[in-house]
Amino acid sequence: MAKTMLEVNNLTTKYVTRFHEDVYAVDHVSLKIEEGKSLGIAGESGCGKSTLALSLMGYYFAPLHYMSGEIIIDGKNISGMDPDTVRKNVLGTEIAYIPQAAMNALNPTIRISKFVEDVIRAHDPKADKKTIQEMAKARFAELGLPVEALNRHAVELSGGMKQRVVIAISTILNPKVLIADEPSSALDVTSQKMVIKMLRDMMEKGYIKAMIFITHELPLLYNVTDDIMVMYAGQIVERGSANEMVFDPIHPYSRGLINSILVPEEGTRTNKLTAIPGTPPNLKKPPQGCRFAERCKYATLQCRVNAMPMIDFDGNRSYRCGHSVEHLREVYGHEE
Amino acid sequence: MKNEAFKDRPLCLSGKGVTKVFGYGNKANTAVDHVDFEFHEGELVSIVGESGSGKTTLSKMLLGLLSVTEGEIFFQGKPRDISNRKKKKEYWQGIQAIFQDPFSSFNVFNKIDTVLLDCINMRGGKHLPKEKKIEMMTEACSFVNLKFAELTNKYPFELSGGQMQRLMIARIFLLKPKILLADEPTSMIDACSRATILDMLLQLRDEIGMTIIFITHDIGLAYYISDSVYIMEHGKFVESGSADDVILNPKAAYTKRLISDVPKIHEPWDLSTVG
Amino acid sequence: MKNTLRQIFHSPKFMTGFVIFVVILLTLFFYPLFNPGNPLEMIGVGTFAKPGTYVSLYDALNTSRETLRLSDADDNRLAKQLKAEDRVAMLEWFNAMGIAVDFDISDTDALLKLWDDNYDPATKPKGMTMAKRNYYKRLNNALLQLKAADEIVLADVNAETKALEETGKVNKTDYVNVGQVANVKLLPLGTDNFGRDVLKELVSATGTSIIIGLIAGAVATIIGLTFGLLAGYLGGIADDLIMFITNVFTVIPGFVLLILISYSIGQDQRGASVVALVIGLTSWTWTARSVRSQVISLRNRDHVNLSKLSGHSLFRIIMTDILPYIASYVVMAFILQVSSGILSEAQLSLLGLGPKTTEVPTLGLMMNWAMLYSAHTNGSWWAYFPVILTITLISFSLNLMNTGLDQVFNPTLRD
Repeated sequence: MAKTMLEVNNLTTKYVTRFHEDVYAVDHVSLKIEEGKSLGIAGESGCGKSTLALSLMGYYFAPLHYMSGEIIIDGKNISGMDPDTVRKNVLGTEIAYIPQAAMNALNPTIRISKFVEDVIRAHDPKADKKTIQEMAKARFAELGLPVEALNRHAVELSGGMKQRVVIAISTILNPKVLIADEPSSALDVTSQKMVIKMLRDMMEKGYIKAMIFITHELPLLYNVTDDIMVMYAGQIVERGSANEMVFDPIHPYSRGLINSILVPEEGTRTNKLTAIPGTPPNLKKPPQGCRFAERCKYATLQCRVNAMPMIDFDGNRSYRCGHSVEHLREVYGHEE
Repeated sequence: MKNEAFKDRPLCLSGKGVTKVFGYGNKANTAVDHVDFEFHEGELVSIVGESGSGKTTLSKMLLGLLSVTEGEIFFQGKPRDISNRKKKKEYWQGIQAIFQDPFSSFNVFNKIDTVLLDCINMRGGKHLPKEKKIEMMTEACSFVNLKFAELTNKYPFELSGGQMQRLMIARIFLLKPKILLADEPTSMIDACSRATILDMLLQLRDEIGMTIIFITHDIGLAYYISDSVYIMEHGKFVESGSADDVILNPKAAYTKRLISDVPKIHEPWDLSTVG
Repeated sequence: MKNTLRQIFHSPKFMTGFVIFVVILLTLFFYPLFNPGNPLEMIGVGTFAKPGTYVSLYDALNTSRETLRLSDADDNRLAKQLKAEDRVAMLEWFNAMGIAVDFDISDTDALLKLWDDNYDPATKPKGMTMAKRNYYKRLNNALLQLKAADEIVLADVNAETKALEETGKVNKTDYVNVGQVANVKLLPLGTDNFGRDVLKELVSATGTSIIIGLIAGAVATIIGLTFGLLAGYLGGIADDLIMFITNVFTVIPGFVLLILISYSIGQDQRGASVVALVIGLTSWTWTARSVRSQVISLRNRDHVNLSKLSGHSLFRIIMTDILPYIASYVVMAFILQVSSGILSEAQLSLLGLGPKTTEVPTLGLMMNWAMLYSAHTNGSWWAYFPVILTITLISFSLNLMNTGLDQVFNPTLRD
């Protein structure tokens, strides 16, 4: 059995707002990624997927607060560490994070090579400048990035190139886990493809051992990651392999997401696009029962009252719903 | 190539050699470069392009918010005249828009009633009795599945993004223009509520026989919704025709690349063709 | 809106500034009620009377006396009589005589005892001048007299004999009740160079200065807002033209312009409101530039485009779709302009280019007068220090309010 790179058990984090109303944006999330695997997290805006990304790093600063649960990276528990220790010992070497706007994080007055130096020196203050340069050049060449880019300023590079440069720099210390939060959403499709290709290469060459990829675009996740997890209102509602999730979604919400996919393929025009009515619940006062019950057309009274646990089925899949898998499959079968 | 299905319908909006140049001298930047187009009545046309392709500039010119540097736009077969404010007002009776960002589309200091009343006034309903106006607003809101009674005295920012965009459609329902220009109306909305907005647009088109110009960067979405598709690259149309022709059998190299670079479900997404 | 107001009044910075400013305003309103009269009335004949309570000596003599035997009266009298320089001189004498002084010279009892024991007018300390020795003799005589004399004789000239006749005596133990003396004047901040009550003048000057600040701020904000709105919204040639004018005003240092205009108007024409107007006319550029940049970013918002598509007029779009969005910003700019208007007036008046000196006092004029009569070199701190403090407080409170508002309206600045 492959080694577990990242294990998260019942992680709960909250935001404290100005008027002291707590928002539990990540609510008892558990997940596990093995070496060489990638996990995709999908969900609509405000479901807590970006907060989960921040929480996974163990680097908390106001208004985000750690509540409970544990984060274990390659056997090392980082939950509850103070932010300074996390910054020095975990970020960059154990775990790396790329936000959507990463490309805008580059100071336009500084050459790219200086950023590489900064990243390496933050962990090894005595590192020799020449060695660093050699290392950066080798890494850029390996990833198919032009080596000249190292001597450029950020403003001279295109958006897609900047994003790839940031990814290359943040993974130069070979972190075990890479968390990419919508790394390609602001880019054109062609640049997006290049970013994805680079992430794939990094996995193959072993620069990163495992990856978490967060996006709202399901077709992209389907093509990028091995497993997909769907989040709704701070909770995970379903998890399975990419294939199973796209062609056999069980949770009514996942099914709704899959049914709203639009790709330029034959059949798209004839498929009826269905919408999920309503809006997600207010996480300041989450509903007592199933969080999706308000918008679910299969919801019963039981769904509205009982909190739902995650239920395992079909080997390595799990879902969070009051109905049995068989019942849901039957209902879906009738609809088609 | 033109979409054959619509060639017998009368022209609604067309353009010949429409060009927009920003700046002058060394800094001149051609955003839209001699484009020709023909949009027919009742047609749903998508203009697809990546960021920087000039699609938003073109849409602003179509709306009359930006002047045309060169070329001419024809409205219902006649050259468009928006030389003064009165003529502009007349033109805007015929063309209206829905923009990308619902949060910036509303004046946050105006109540929802004000927004809708404004539309009634614009259609010459200023002197209608109050009951009639409320009836019209209620009808418009129920068309987009909103309850007017719950919205009165509310401000737009109290609604969700999807509800705001639906309110924008209610506005169009009241204005009943000949042409609706929808500039990425669903790109800020979650995928699972997107279908509602798209369905309402289609329903509105059938109800009042409107031409819809749909501007988007999402080629899958354009394929799903439109009759005809125009592909735009660097200010030029590289390909146009019926949606099936353009998306399933692309001719231009740019279109082919665009389609192959979008991740798909049933067809493989070939990462080796990158760069 | 309600929520915003709640946030504003919960902001500690804004509230601190607001309370200070309100206290100043209330003082301006209520103080003249308790102490009416012309603030520029010259009540003193000399210059720079020290702060304190002034008792009419004439009335005190004519007030019925009580006899109080206070054991420490003599000591107090001596202590008050013995000035600081006298004490230092006595110390010098002891040093010259080689007598050790092992106590603090503010200890009057010990000092006098040591003096009585050791001083002899006949001794001539080495190296001491004749004049210095005479000074010590006079000092000694004065001390002896103070201890010896029990009473002061009051005399009057007899109308017939033209000779002095004793009319009464004042004993050391005679006291009058201050409450019964007909004329007692409290001057908390003394008088200035013209003998005017500084506190009364200060209150009146603060009021005038705030009004000057308000007028200057209003003028600057209105001009800046109009220019900024037009330049930002219209763009094109209108923008270029307005920005040209603005740039011309920006490159000429505002203060130099202010001095030149004030000087050319002439002393006679310069009332408080004219000075305010001149300050307003030279300080609008900053508001115009910042309003313009705000409007440019608003102009491209979709709600403005939709408003145009609805056929609204230019005036209506500016008034309903642009102005409300920058209102908070304009209020903040106005507050800053008021604060800088008050400071500009002070600077201008300090140079002698302020309002006419005969009509109203302003904070700047008070500083000007204090400076002209060398209050800062002769130690009359009360003539200028309270003025500086008031200017600081006003500008501090206005800036605090501004920072508080900024934090409420600009979420990125919240902590």
